[in-house]
Amino acid sequence: MFQLPARLVGAAVALTLAAATPAFAQQLELKLMAPAAPGGGWDQTARSMQQALVAAGVARSVQVTNVPGAGGSVGIAQFVNGAKGDGNQLMVNGFVMVGALAMNKSPVTLEQVTPIARLTEEIQVIVVPANSPIKTARDLAAAVKADIAKVTFAGGSAGGVDHVMAALFAGAVGADAKKINYIPFSGGGESLAAILGAKVTAGISGLSEYDGQIKSGKLRAIGVTSEKRIPGSDIPTFKEQGIDLVIANWRSVVAPPGITPEQRKTLSDAVEKMVKSDAWKDILKQKGWEDAYLGGDAFADFLKKETVRVTDVLRSVGLVKS
Amino acid sequence: MMETFAALAHGMAVAVQPMNLLYALIGVFLGTAVGVLPGIGPALTVALLLPVTYKLDPGGSLIMFAGIYYGGMYGGSTTAILINTPGESASMATALEGNKMAKAGRGGPALATSAIGSFVAGTIATIGLAFLAPWLVDFAVRFGPEDYFALMCVAFVTVSATFGDSPIRGLTSLFIGLTLGLVGIDKLTGQARLAFGVPELLDGVEVTTLAVGLFAVGEALYVASRRHHTEEKLEPVRGSLWMTKEDWKRSWKPWLRGTMFGFPIGALPAGGAEIPTFLSYSCEKRLTKYPEEFGKGAIEGVAGPEAANNASAAGTLVPLLTLGLPTSATAAMMLAGFQQYGLNPGPLLFAERPDLVWGLIASLFIANCMLLVLNLPLVGLWVRLLAIPQPWLYSGILVFATMGTIAAKPSVVELSMLAGFGVLGFLMRRFDFPIAPVVVGLILGPIAESQLRRALAISLGDPMTLLQSPISATLLALALIALLAPFVLKGMGRFKANED
Repeated sequence: MFQLPARLVGAAVALTLAAATPAFAQQLELKLMAPAAPGGGWDQTARSMQQALVAAGVARSVQVTNVPGAGGSVGIAQFVNGAKGDGNQLMVNGFVMVGALAMNKSPVTLEQVTPIARLTEEIQVIVVPANSPIKTARDLAAAVKADIAKVTFAGGSAGGVDHVMAALFAGAVGADAKKINYIPFSGGGESLAAILGAKVTAGISGLSEYDGQIKSGKLRAIGVTSEKRIPGSDIPTFKEQGIDLVIANWRSVVAPPGITPEQRKTLSDAVEKMVKSDAWKDILKQKGWEDAYLGGDAFADFLKKETVRVTDVLRSVGLVKS
Repeated sequence: MMETFAALAHGMAVAVQPMNLLYALIGVFLGTAVGVLPGIGPALTVALLLPVTYKLDPGGSLIMFAGIYYGGMYGGSTTAILINTPGESASMATALEGNKMAKAGRGGPALATSAIGSFVAGTIATIGLAFLAPWLVDFAVRFGPEDYFALMCVAFVTVSATFGDSPIRGLTSLFIGLTLGLVGIDKLTGQARLAFGVPELLDGVEVTTLAVGLFAVGEALYVASRRHHTEEKLEPVRGSLWMTKEDWKRSWKPWLRGTMFGFPIGALPAGGAEIPTFLSYSCEKRLTKYPEEFGKGAIEGVAGPEAANNASAAGTLVPLLTLGLPTSATAAMMLAGFQQYGLNPGPLLFAERPDLVWGLIASLFIANCMLLVLNLPLVGLWVRLLAIPQPWLYSGILVFATMGTIAAKPSVVELSMLAGFGVLGFLMRRFDFPIAPVVVGLILGPIAESQLRRALAISLGDPMTLLQSPISATLLALALIALLAPFVLKGMGRFKANED
């Protein structure tokens, strides 16, 4: 009785996917861990990979498991200890995990996993209520410089990408990042309500999350964090406005420690093939994710640099005690 | 107003298409099934179904999701009443009186009043969703952290209704819950509290684990320990299986009052489904003409909270559809469902895809009717569960509770917590401490704390912010009145007595 719905659903998934699988599919059978509860960004990434890997004929079957807890700290611990040397396992991770591991003083770090590839990124945005006197990023910068404590930023969980971005913004405009008044909310919904109700000065989030509100004119976007302006968008980047703030909420996939170079190559090739498939491109378009594929050693390098940058910022705002 | 009717009629036409009816039926069936299981909630179900529904048409799958959502609220109450195992945290208040009723052979009327109450509340709240949504959402957005804190104060003051006879014991229980609420990463500073280096504890104590441990496991242990002292004989049906005229008379007002709590609070971005159920329970306990029955199985205590939790489910859809604001886990999954079809819920959705929005609202009415039709005939079957010999019934409950917990979080720590809470529940029963305040503390404590700290961070530490917001000031005044009124009334009573 208790397993019935899950099983039914599982069977239904298998059926739909099996129908779409070409006959020449390889014999790869993967286990993919989403170190978060069903529904969040990592879970959606994992389930999208599952769909694309099978549809593109890269893998015969992909099984997604959810291990939620503490920004991925619980998942990665289980992954590093339990999947060591297993060439058929992968785990989704991303920006948030870097901060979470540092803050939770996790004994397991991202240095222990085998990097495979960065997959997607979401551009970040700063918004203000439509009736706010702040019109541009420079106005906000001026307010921050005048009295940093009075400028309240609403965003996601403490130490997450929104929080790091608030600190980077303050640093980029020459204010003391240590003194930012950042107010973490659980989930985008609650912080959106606080911004719409003008309880806070500004809000920070992934662009796609506030897209509808920006287009309908209820929120004003004063800057996005991409390197160059998004094609077809009239939101200026921070760089255009003379503020050096480039950051993205990236998501990636990693393999367990202790796998052989051949195993690593098989997994890297499989992910690369998936990224190039039409199925994956369709999913990206549907979810509004940017393709940010970066494979091999370039990704390993990126991961290292990002870890240093995030840990430094978190240390400067006092979330990580060194 | 007229346009709303026209749009709703058009939506009805969409919803009664045979395929959409079928989706609604699948939805309510799945929803009821997962609602019955502790741990597996509607959010998880929608998440698992998302990839499957990718190829279906958007209208149909959203209708199915809405059915799951409403169905989950129904299903959770069945186990709460029959075996004291709330399937969802929103069904906890139902278990308080509902299970007592079931033990007294009145499981039939308890299930019936919860099904009909859910239907009534769901219908009224859906009408509210259709007509009041734009107005209500403006109000909901104005609710700031300080206002939520004031709302929590009202909730805390009324919690005493769940205390039982002794305030000291009640407060002790409440503080156990508040302490458990501190466990995990502090939301505002990201620092771990009372986690003792156990990573699984960083996310805090799961409400369902605590509720199932205290209620179901604790009860099973207690019954086992008493087995040789007194043989408790359960009669599945004593008196009428259906609601009597008296039951109807005592139920209809709580249904309406529960709806009044559930719908607006559900529409608040951080309102949730649990708080209105507690408020409704306390309110019924104060207003009832049969106070002596509370704690022994008063039908009002089932009718009110059940109506409240279903009405809050409809309330949640207000910010979701009008603003794209997901305010519960299930709503967040439905938002993902919208986005899967390239739809952005929000102010533009009503204008861009009226067929979809009104089709969804209309199908909520239909889902509600289906749930009633599905649930009422089952009442007779469900109460037979109680005829199972006690040792079998309770070992079944233990298996059920354990599997539900593992399904939600597959970890040894979670299971150990379930067992630990079970022992705590046993000890509290043994020494006569009320159980509900523990769960109430776990739910309310963290919300009250983080909202107060947010409010103070925004006001730069000035506590006057709590009185400057009109909403907050009003709610705090209400809390104060609720706190002092009993003493004042008592004093006046004495005064009068002296005069005589």
